[in-house]
Amino acid sequence: MSELTRDDVAKVARLARLHLTEEELERFTGQLAQVLDHANDLRALDLTGVAPTAHPVDLGTVVRADEVRPGLARDAFLSAAPQPEDGRFAVPRILGEEP
Amino acid sequence: MSALEIATRVRSGERSAVSVAEETLTAIAARNADLNVFVHVEREQVLERAAAVDAEVAAGRDPGILAGVPVGLKDNLCQTGVPTTCGSRILAGWRPPYTATAVERLLAAGAVPVGKTNMDEFAMGSSTETSAYGPTRNPLDPTRVPGGSSGGSAAAVAAGMVPVSLGSDTGGSIRQPAALCGLVGIKPTYGLVSRYGLVAFASSLDQIGPLAHTVADAAATLEAIAGHDPRDSTSLPGPAPALVAHLDEGVAGRRIGIVRELVDGADPEVLAAVEAAAEVLAAAGATLSEVSIPELRLGLSAYYLIAPAEASSNLARYDGVRFGLRVAGSDVTEMYVATRTAGFGPEVKRRIMLGTYALSAGYYDAYYGQALKVRTVMIEAFARAYANADLLLGATAPTEAFALGAKVSDPMSMYLSDVFTIPTNLSGHAAISVPFGSGASGLPLGVQLLGPARSEERLVAAAAVVEAGRGVPGA
Repeated sequence: MSELTRDDVAKVARLARLHLTEEELERFTGQLAQVLDHANDLRALDLTGVAPTAHPVDLGTVVRADEVRPGLARDAFLSAAPQPEDGRFAVPRILGEEP
Repeated sequence: MSALEIATRVRSGERSAVSVAEETLTAIAARNADLNVFVHVEREQVLERAAAVDAEVAAGRDPGILAGVPVGLKDNLCQTGVPTTCGSRILAGWRPPYTATAVERLLAAGAVPVGKTNMDEFAMGSSTETSAYGPTRNPLDPTRVPGGSSGGSAAAVAAGMVPVSLGSDTGGSIRQPAALCGLVGIKPTYGLVSRYGLVAFASSLDQIGPLAHTVADAAATLEAIAGHDPRDSTSLPGPAPALVAHLDEGVAGRRIGIVRELVDGADPEVLAAVEAAAEVLAAAGATLSEVSIPELRLGLSAYYLIAPAEASSNLARYDGVRFGLRVAGSDVTEMYVATRTAGFGPEVKRRIMLGTYALSAGYYDAYYGQALKVRTVMIEAFARAYANADLLLGATAPTEAFALGAKVSDPMSMYLSDVFTIPTNLSGHAAISVPFGSGASGLPLGVQLLGPARSEERLVAAAAVVEAGRGVPGA
């Protein structure tokens, strides 16, 4: 069995900015443990010295020519935002103290 | 009528694109309420676009190889001003301010995009049941799933609404629904089709491709959308391959390996279909042999660490700031949590958490790091197999279409639907599913041909041989 605990899942949910109910916490712990158990076949392999593949095609770092060209319209993006304000994205307060 | 037949008639002026578009809109209206295939159709825009294609023909210009062909777009492909939800509440109402390169190229070839097709939320699923907009039903048997995640794109073609659709394939999401709906589906070589304007799920695995009734329609559509795009840094150099020109090339002299690991555990009818397809290929002059690539057995575990890891990073952008849903909170962190908790469904939450865990301190090497090494091992194993074979043959999915609800409460059993398709995504290679044979209930099955990177020309030629060998459609 995977060593995944309810506390691990609660911590991961916090990191991922998700709130789980008690019932979800219980259910997800079991389901995620099942997937991680399946992955134990990988953990058991000795792959010392094998290079990792993060990407199937190695094109190196692709850069474009440093030329000025038109981009996408700022207003088109801002108008799709939940709360555009003065040409920016407005959000609730970020710091601890009241404004 | 096939896509190529429609295009031929529209180009010659024998049929108007508008009449084709009207037929499509009527077909959608007739069955969409029952099947839940399209989540959005821009009726006026479709008719205007079709009229523009007719105007080109009237002016003596050629609109292109897909002139007047109605196309369904999976709802993770952006088209300016057309709602794009990815099957998620978190993107409800979002209208992208730009168009995907693949869609731009369809338009440049004369096609008429008719709307957005339902999908598993953020393409995470194998049945189109995780969509926030309800499940799609299989047109061949509405008590069953169409497969997924491109289930809406498959059902749209299977129901006769459109002759061709675009889907995306991260672990089998084009090929598996194609198999379950009796269609041809192609997962192109990674980088052959630009991902610009495709909403990201797992960026090192995602690839756009076609679903169609015939190999020729799928090949023509892929040819139209493929080729280098400077807006995608992972786009392969060079133009699109000439796929239509290779359709009749046959398989004489080709070495094709039947892969034990790509049929093991499948239903007996699936095994019989693969064997019968092998006989068809042999009769056409190919040399068939049985091969074993044991490393492919590691694919499922590696995929369900790598794809969630990439997804957990890609889906961090849904934070209620720049687009989509925002749920109020007293400070910015509470707003993030409230938005993501309300906006994502359970399967997306599961995968985000799985990926976050696999990448977290203390587990990174054991899970994600190990999965990346397994990816190398699999790529090397494929390379050894392709030293002795031009193509590989196996099943696409282990079963025929399964019942709605059969696997939703057991994620692991759902994940196993992709066991034969996942290795090709991990390797970045190409594969095609072709309808062949039928399951115990008489529903269609698919066989899968796999090839190395950029082998699409020989893949469509071999697929055309299998297609011709299945006798009457649905046999």
